[in-house]
Amino acid sequence: MAHDRSRRRRDLGRPAPWNDARLRSLGLQAAVFILLLALAAYLAGNAAANLSRQGIATGFDFLGREASFAIATTLIRYSPADSYARALLVGLLNTLLVSALGIALATLLGLAVGLARLSRNWLLSRLALVYVELLRNTPLLLQIFLWWDLLRLAAPPPRTAWRPLPGVFVSVRGVYFPVPVYQPLYLWMGVALAGGVAAATGLRVWVRRARAGRPPLPAWIGFALVPLPPLAVFLAGGAPHLLDVPHVTRFDFSGGQSITPEFAALLAALVAYTAAFIGEIVRGGILAVSRGQSEAAAALGLTRGQALRLVVLPQAIRVIVPPLTSEYLNLAKNSSLAIAVGFPELFAVTDTIANQTGQSIETMTLVASAYLAISLTISLLMNLYNRSAALVER
Amino acid sequence: MRRLKFVGATLAAAVLGLAAGSAACAGPTLDGVRSRGVVTCAVNPGLAGFAMPDHEGNYQGLDADTCRAIAAAVLGDAGKVKFVPANAQQRFTLLQTGEADVLARNTTWTLLRDTENGFNFAPVTYYDGQGFMVAKKLGVKSARELDGATICVQPGTTTELNLADYFRTNHLSFKPLVIEKLDEVENAFFSGRCDAYTTDRSGLAATRASKAPNPDDYVILPEIISKEPLAPAVRQGDDEWLDIVSWTVFAMIGAEEKGITSANVDAMTRSDDPEVQRILGSSPGLGKALHLDDKWAYDIIKQVGNYGEVFERNLGARSRLNLPRGLNALWTKGGLMYAMPFR
Repeated sequence: MAHDRSRRRRDLGRPAPWNDARLRSLGLQAAVFILLLALAAYLAGNAAANLSRQGIATGFDFLGREASFAIATTLIRYSPADSYARALLVGLLNTLLVSALGIALATLLGLAVGLARLSRNWLLSRLALVYVELLRNTPLLLQIFLWWDLLRLAAPPPRTAWRPLPGVFVSVRGVYFPVPVYQPLYLWMGVALAGGVAAATGLRVWVRRARAGRPPLPAWIGFALVPLPPLAVFLAGGAPHLLDVPHVTRFDFSGGQSITPEFAALLAALVAYTAAFIGEIVRGGILAVSRGQSEAAAALGLTRGQALRLVVLPQAIRVIVPPLTSEYLNLAKNSSLAIAVGFPELFAVTDTIANQTGQSIETMTLVASAYLAISLTISLLMNLYNRSAALVER
Repeated sequence: MRRLKFVGATLAAAVLGLAAGSAACAGPTLDGVRSRGVVTCAVNPGLAGFAMPDHEGNYQGLDADTCRAIAAAVLGDAGKVKFVPANAQQRFTLLQTGEADVLARNTTWTLLRDTENGFNFAPVTYYDGQGFMVAKKLGVKSARELDGATICVQPGTTTELNLADYFRTNHLSFKPLVIEKLDEVENAFFSGRCDAYTTDRSGLAATRASKAPNPDDYVILPEIISKEPLAPAVRQGDDEWLDIVSWTVFAMIGAEEKGITSANVDAMTRSDDPEVQRILGSSPGLGKALHLDDKWAYDIIKQVGNYGEVFERNLGARSRLNLPRGLNALWTKGGLMYAMPFR
């Protein structure tokens, strides 16, 4: 049949190239592509010519030079004697930290808000509505400043810091708390933890196959499997522990780990703001699952919670994931607003570097590529997840 | 997807290219200023003593008056200035792209700015140095006691670098809080988020006088940790304009050296001193050399005043800041202000 049709078309003779829709669109695309390429080349050339005419340095040589400025919050070792490249890395890691934490917390809070919006409890659903409308309809920058001011005004000065637990200090300088000092055994505990996770996952898969059709194992069995191996390793290794406890200094505190008001304000604002959007996406996703599904689940004797967890949410996920991806992207990009309150994430560090070196085109290109890479990675992961959650059509 | 990425990259390149390309259209600065009839001057959005709008919205300060002096020299009217408020980040781009003719924004003259950033600097209008301000109740008497302190600082300035250098040199540690907007960094300091605030000492005095809840609660520590020669900057490659801005500054200093003030300038046109005559254009020639009217310096002094008058009005005894002349006194009085010969 198909064979016949193609032969018939050949019999009619090939259309002239400008009448062939496929060729024509290819040609048009090529033309636009070349035009854009030429435009880009012209602009790049123009920029380069202007820069060299004005005697402004170009290129990426500056990355190896000493940064000479200090950064307050660093995940890796950094001092002003390190290079601009390392300063950028510090900023990038801070961005990744706040984005990852923000995405995780915003998802949880968003899910809660979305479910609350659909709750039969009038008060709860109204409260969720007010939350969504209030946060969705005010600028994020304003919210960041608000959180920052609140945190600074609410917290006492360092000399009269709150001490909710021994070794924990809450003040306008942030929250200081003790952290364990690294021991070689912790590496093995990590390995044991990974083993526990693998065992729990394996058990779950095996049970699902062997006991198909019957309810899965209670969740606590899996959760119990995860912390037991590292705990066993910890005890077998003689339970070595040494806490790095913060202590009071002349000005505030030293040692331990700290969360600055700037980081807290940024994270709180990002989470609260994005959760409002995610809540609406979750609500929309759940409403998109036909009523018949929950009615059928009820008819099978599932409780409302079970119906939600086992029937409705797995189907809603397919509707939720694509718009959720763009909320994640927004959150990662919005983290650049941290510059307003002084949390040294990628954009804030870049801003300093651009001004110290005067090479704003290079630094802004770098930071743009970094954000692009972060966004594309998030998209990729979410698309992979989406594919696994999507309905498999046979 | 791939095509989208490509379009994105092209757009980014286009924006960058355009940003840099606009400078190509600007001709020699003097012609541009004459045809627009106004000198475009990038200034600090709000630093008392240097450039800060008064209650009528007119910029007041040493930098603002430098801009007015340039307008008086070039256009004969000190009022023909368009002030462009610029933060620490925008200022260089504004000048590089030709959106401003001159940058008079308490900017430190450094080697890299003079070379790689593509600027030239006119003579220094204020010799400053970086210092620290702390709350009196903290009991700190010297910057060397600031080990472990949290320090508020604005980003992208020489200040940020000097701070790190000072603590490195003295083997002290500190926690920086880097905030872009001056208002916010001042708020953070006064609300107790930082132990110390660091910037040029003139800036500390300005912040203390204009923003502190009670100025007497704060002290400026004695250490001066850097040299901050603040000078107007112009784009590299337009020597004519650099000459005009440079000699505008020299004219203000030279007038103070010769005792010419805005009050006595008319009488001084009849002075017997040949250099005074050359400055004020009574004996013609110098204006033409700068491609300006021979009355250029007369207009500066008549409309804006000599350096001493400008200093006292904005920073000195007649201002809220009440800063001593210090290094900014004339060289004949132990300072560094020195005009090149007018001949």
